[in-house]
Amino acid sequence: MQNEEIISRINRLLVEEIEIEEEKISPAADLKKDLEIDSLDFVDLFVIIERNFGVKMKAEEMADIKSLQDFYDYIIKRVQSN
Amino acid sequence: MTRVVITGMGIYSVIGRNLADVKDSLMLGRSGIIYDPARKEMGFRSALTGVVERPVLKGILDRRMRVGMPIQGEYAYMATLEALKNAGIDQKYMDDHEVGILYGNDSSAVPVVESVDILRKEKDTMLIGSGYIFQSMNSTVSMNLSVIFKLKGINFTVSGACASGSHALGIGFLLIKQGLQDMIICGGAQEINPESTASFDALNAFSIRESEPVKASRPFDRDRDGLVPSGGAATLILESYESARKRGAPILAEVAGYGFSSNGEHISLPNIDGPARAMMMSLKTAGMSARDISYINAHATSTQAGDGNEARAIFQIFGREMPPVSSTKSMTGHEMWMGGASEVIYSTLMMNNDFIAPNINFENPDEATACLNLATETTPCQIDAFLSNSFGFGGTNSSLIIRKASF
Repeated sequence: MQNEEIISRINRLLVEEIEIEEEKISPAADLKKDLEIDSLDFVDLFVIIERNFGVKMKAEEMADIKSLQDFYDYIIKRVQSN
Repeated sequence: MTRVVITGMGIYSVIGRNLADVKDSLMLGRSGIIYDPARKEMGFRSALTGVVERPVLKGILDRRMRVGMPIQGEYAYMATLEALKNAGIDQKYMDDHEVGILYGNDSSAVPVVESVDILRKEKDTMLIGSGYIFQSMNSTVSMNLSVIFKLKGINFTVSGACASGSHALGIGFLLIKQGLQDMIICGGAQEINPESTASFDALNAFSIRESEPVKASRPFDRDRDGLVPSGGAATLILESYESARKRGAPILAEVAGYGFSSNGEHISLPNIDGPARAMMMSLKTAGMSARDISYINAHATSTQAGDGNEARAIFQIFGREMPPVSSTKSMTGHEMWMGGASEVIYSTLMMNNDFIAPNINFENPDEATACLNLATETTPCQIDAFLSNSFGFGGTNSSLIIRKASF
């Protein structure tokens, strides 16, 4: 899967599944402060990412992921290493 | 002590999704029971059930508020919206005042089944998601509604089997009477699905009059052959009279008395003594006598033993002068954890519209029920006060007396 496709799919899932307003989606957006993704939303993201990318996110790796760009980079890295 | 009034009501029932539709159904004697072929395919002995469509909450509540709510939470949300609106309570009022919630509920089967099915299939709890834990708990309704409405007062769920909704009202009444809370959202909710009723069907407790679904629930009738499971949600806003008067709230009725008891005998078969003591206690706490009661909304679920024993208990307390009696379960089926709350709403609608809803499907009495003064048709009646019974597994009994508002 190409990086652009991964990013596009992540964005679509954030809007459709987590119901984040499309206008708020930007690579620089802070996941917690701007997108208001809280700890419970992360639990649901684990499921969504696994079902859509076959990637099992690890809770201990989430500490360094602050922005949406960080999140894109993490998923891209995990997809490529699979 | 403080007097306790009802200032708002809301309902999401198999006989109507709002008060106006429910009132029409009660007047017409309209049933909400159907035959559900899916249950037959699953292996149910009885495929009869009440039915209500699932509310559509996307667009009304955000995802976080929806994801932790099971179906009965959705019913309860709809009922509570109507009740709060009727009571003239907006979000600002709930932000500025301590409003509590005491809701009756005693199961949440589907979320438990679904989450464990995911675990068994995936062998990984990380695939269960965030919503199921909140959906799975008995306290799911009070838990969710207190967050949605940002409530700051008392907050828990009352579980007392088929008396849950009634006990929730009773405890709310006591707390307000004692001056511990000015306003409490009280109610009862019941999921409708095969998962929550399969093990109940296993007791051979349901009617198998599947050829005539709307005639299957026939409380007190000689040929009754079991209850019909049903559900939905019902909410009442209980408030101190002082608080209601101060904000110019509509006063629909007054909660006059609450009686309770336990049978101390069989886990599923009721006796006569327990219900009789609960009714006696409700009269005593209301400072009323039997002749002050204009109507009895019976618990009667259409079972041989239960209806018979309740009839005997009613006769024991009220004797030959008993007021008219009917069981609205003849139309709604057995709403279980919702029933105690919904039946107070049905009876209050009757009281405020001067009629008694019929105990439909009654054709012949039996030896135990012959003593009853049954309203088998819609009956014009001025009700000054009614008594509502709810009895549950484990022998838990609740009797509430509600009287016409007169302030």
